[in-house]
Amino acid sequence: MNPLWITQIMAVLRLEIRKTFLSKRGFWIYFLALMPVVMFVGKSIVDLELQRRPNFGEDTTVFATVFQLFYLRLAVFFGCVGIFINLFRGEVLDKSLHYYFLAPIRREVLLAGKFLAGLVATCIIFATSTMLQIAGLYWSEGWRVFSDYLLNGNGLSHIASYLGATVLACIGYGSIFLAAGIVFKNPLIPVGAILLWESINSFLPSLLQKISVIYYLKSLCPIQITPEAGTFFAILSINADPMPAYIAIPGVLLVASAVLVAASFQVRRMEINYATE
Amino acid sequence: MQANDRVVFENVSKFYGDVLGVNRVNLSIPPGITSLVGPNGSGKTTLMNLVTGLIRPTRGRITVLGIRPDQPDELFRYVGYCTQFDSFPRGFTGYQFVYSYLRLYGCAHREAEDLTWKSIERVGMTEAARRKIAGYSKGMRQRIKLAQSICHGPSILVLDEPLNGLDPLVRAETIALFRALAEDGMHVIISSHILHEVDAISDQVILLSNGYVVAEGQIHGVRSEMQEHPMQILVRCDRPGVLAAKVFEQDSVVEAQIHKDGLGVLVKTRDPARFYLMLNQIAQNGVSIESVAPADDDVNSVYEYLIGSEEAPR
Repeated sequence: MNPLWITQIMAVLRLEIRKTFLSKRGFWIYFLALMPVVMFVGKSIVDLELQRRPNFGEDTTVFATVFQLFYLRLAVFFGCVGIFINLFRGEVLDKSLHYYFLAPIRREVLLAGKFLAGLVATCIIFATSTMLQIAGLYWSEGWRVFSDYLLNGNGLSHIASYLGATVLACIGYGSIFLAAGIVFKNPLIPVGAILLWESINSFLPSLLQKISVIYYLKSLCPIQITPEAGTFFAILSINADPMPAYIAIPGVLLVASAVLVAASFQVRRMEINYATE
Repeated sequence: MQANDRVVFENVSKFYGDVLGVNRVNLSIPPGITSLVGPNGSGKTTLMNLVTGLIRPTRGRITVLGIRPDQPDELFRYVGYCTQFDSFPRGFTGYQFVYSYLRLYGCAHREAEDLTWKSIERVGMTEAARRKIAGYSKGMRQRIKLAQSICHGPSILVLDEPLNGLDPLVRAETIALFRALAEDGMHVIISSHILHEVDAISDQVILLSNGYVVAEGQIHGVRSEMQEHPMQILVRCDRPGVLAAKVFEQDSVVEAQIHKDGLGVLVKTRDPARFYLMLNQIAQNGVSIESVAPADDDVNSVYEYLIGSEEAPR
């Protein structure tokens, strides 16, 4: 028999997963996740239609660039904004949060259940998108080239790294936006501030760089991207002090845990006062 | 373990910024039906939200059966709260609304299902239970909230304006349900701004005005302590003129007025006990008395005397 808190987390998970996946307000998140898939599938279709021989190395670099500069920084970032901020803030705006607050459930357990629900949703959406992007990109290469990349090259470890980075991005950004949804009435302000903080990460002193999510994620990406020197993209992709995975992974988890602990203190003090929202 | 059987407020104040919610509230609410009465903005919902931990006091201390309201995992084993918030989780049916609450409570599927149907049946919502709440009428939404608040068999039931939106038949059934729950030993704390609704069913009342508790206790006890307002008693009889003349012989009677319909006398007296004794003598002396009833021994009158008619709830 499960301890009560596990039963309660599962109950929250069931409620939230249904709301998160079927919410009409969240359809733009699917659009964000599918954008790069459509782009890579389109590229493969053009290659096949024009009978153009794809350049495997170039494709791999293009994928790495899109993954780092668009997918992690924008698609997953804003996807997590849409899902995690609404876990509490959305319920306050819908005036339905009291439903949970009137149940005999510790607020920390509620927070954990909601975080896990958001994590399951974002991981399914964005990890699936990552897989589809890879499949779409290498579709025009043919199965033989792709299987050779998987079995004899670095394919499996690259895919694992990309999936790992996607999941860690969901954990890291998810924890931050969950907390933002609890603390701030207007989430646009913290979202803008965090986007700015993540964007200027490369310019920050070494110690401050570590208080971010993108710093660790960049280190986990298997291919260093090298956009044209001096461009904005080149600045974003600088990773002067890459971390080994055994530090980067616990690093993200540590940042996320610290944020969730702080959020759990905040949620315990949270009051239901819809009139002032 | 329940430390005691009361809901206790010790010098509790709640401010929303600069705005007063309630101030210096000291209460000890025993089992039975307790009504919080006052006009809109008097602090009824604030008191209920404080009891259930939805908001925290700025000052003071609250315990509910010895449990602090900031321990929801303990508190809501014993408390059910039917709020005034008329909003529900999106897309829920009535059944899902109650069932999901029980799963959060920790019930297994089968137990949650059984308890859900029992409570839904108790509020007469069985037929509509599988329909989406979004399509419910106001009265149905009230009833499904009530079902959710009683589904886990709480010891304390907090009801914020629970009769709003109910038609007269359902209203009567719901009041009967409250009585039955109170008779089972439950605390039922009801807020209402409609006095006659709660007057008939309350064991005790708490009168609120502008965030302050202005009176509390059994309504008849509160009334009898108000010496500055003589008690009004309506005596129905066959010869009201004779009765009026007789009662004026007593010092404590300050006014005797023939009733508008000419079939009785409205007497104002500072000493009701003495007046009732005298009435026995009058009855023996040829005046046929049909009925004797206090005319202002109710919440409405008490509220008007204490706070003033301009503020009195309906």
